[in-house]
Amino acid sequence: MTLVNWLLQGGQEILGVLLAPLLMGWVGIWRAWLQNRQAPPLTQPYRQLFKLFHKEVVIAETASPLFRVTPYLLFGCMGLTASLIPMVITDLPLAGAVDVIALVGLLSLARVFLALAAMDVGTAFGSLGARREMLVSFLAEPALLMVFFTIASLNASTSLRFMVTGFAARGFYLYPSLAFAGVAFLMVLLAENGRIPVDNPETHLELTMIHEAMILEYSGRHLALIEWANALKLLIYFSLGFALFLPFGLTDSQRGWGILGALILFLLKLTVMGAGLAVLETVSAKQRLFRVPEYLGTAFLLAVLAILLHYLLGS
Amino acid sequence: MANILNEILRHGVRSEPFSWPQADLETWQQALWQRFGRALVIRHVDAGSCNGCELEIHALNAPQYNLTGLGLHFSASPRHADLLLVTGPVSRHMEEALRRTYAALPEPRWVVAVGDCGRDGGVFGKSYACLGGVSQVIPVDVVVAGCPPTPLQLLAGIWRAVTSAKGSTLPRPE
Repeated sequence: MTLVNWLLQGGQEILGVLLAPLLMGWVGIWRAWLQNRQAPPLTQPYRQLFKLFHKEVVIAETASPLFRVTPYLLFGCMGLTASLIPMVITDLPLAGAVDVIALVGLLSLARVFLALAAMDVGTAFGSLGARREMLVSFLAEPALLMVFFTIASLNASTSLRFMVTGFAARGFYLYPSLAFAGVAFLMVLLAENGRIPVDNPETHLELTMIHEAMILEYSGRHLALIEWANALKLLIYFSLGFALFLPFGLTDSQRGWGILGALILFLLKLTVMGAGLAVLETVSAKQRLFRVPEYLGTAFLLAVLAILLHYLLGS
Repeated sequence: MANILNEILRHGVRSEPFSWPQADLETWQQALWQRFGRALVIRHVDAGSCNGCELEIHALNAPQYNLTGLGLHFSASPRHADLLLVTGPVSRHMEEALRRTYAALPEPRWVVAVGDCGRDGGVFGKSYACLGGVSQVIPVDVVVAGCPPTPLQLLAGIWRAVTSAKGSTLPRPE
């Protein structure tokens, strides 16, 4: 049974890595439609990755080895994180390997290296992007941790696996604290993935950039890996949200048909939420950078309220 | 919020189909277009233009011209780009910047000179302040003449560049 489990673990890893550009393509289609444009095909991100992998890499003369290593490190971090989250099956061998605090640590490891690499070349926009990214993330991270602590205290465990199975064991039950935590998580998801109230992923204006400004100096396969890792990050946040707030359909490896059903449900959730993300981005405007602390402060406040509610109401 | 969505729904998809000049298109050129053209990233450099061409390039970004649907987009960095779109007669101040931008463009790369100024300096000609055309500074693949050229002419120029002879130095797609 353990061999089957490891195979399933590998399957999830491959599924995550291959599905991530597709999710980006799906969000892109909806964004194009909402701009009254004809959308590119769903496979457009694969085309872009394919093209980038076939292009030359141009590296600035001032770049250090750190600059070359970062894309691989970033992709490695995101790939590892993708295998730690219960997307379809809850009892995978690696699901219990780390808890949510280590998970947040893995995500911030990737971010720190990207920020260092952005400052490495010494261009003005690179350091500007790195500073802004750190500003956003040091405010987003506590909010994310508070969300996790709320759910951890509901299930008396910081392990993702027990968080998910804890909810499943109790059946359908509405938690007031989870409503607050859910909104806070959504706000953090938008901020951490460079989505519209905080950052615009499609911008050409260097002065408003956050994430894009950090990767201006990358080209060829390095850029491909960074974009792929970025897509993976969005998928990771989505599956984290599904595992914690919409865990219905998640199954364990004992049931063959259950896995297929869970997979279909997972894809269905991604389809709906991907379109929802594009709609949310279309109807909201990008904030000034100095409004971001207020925005993320609100997320943190909601997360704190969630944990207070849990202790006050005991639910 | 509801107003925005209502407005979007009322207009529907506004993109119009663009028919590529298919007549002289050989198979491998088509493959080249499939590989690079359908995920083409464009970097625009203003080398002393009067902004007439910029307005047309801006118009090219409108939903009607279907740039997104064709898989083309503009980027903020030459290192992300495949194609350099240069406008203006190249003033001396922009000469070095243009050279550096070209150097930052990873191979395979294409350069499209836009407008009569980009071709030979146009009304500005060649003078003490002006180098008179993009080809004086960097190799140019395609010139899109016009003062300013229309968005469709620009799109046709981009297509001509990507399927041009210089592309044959690439590994031939099977």
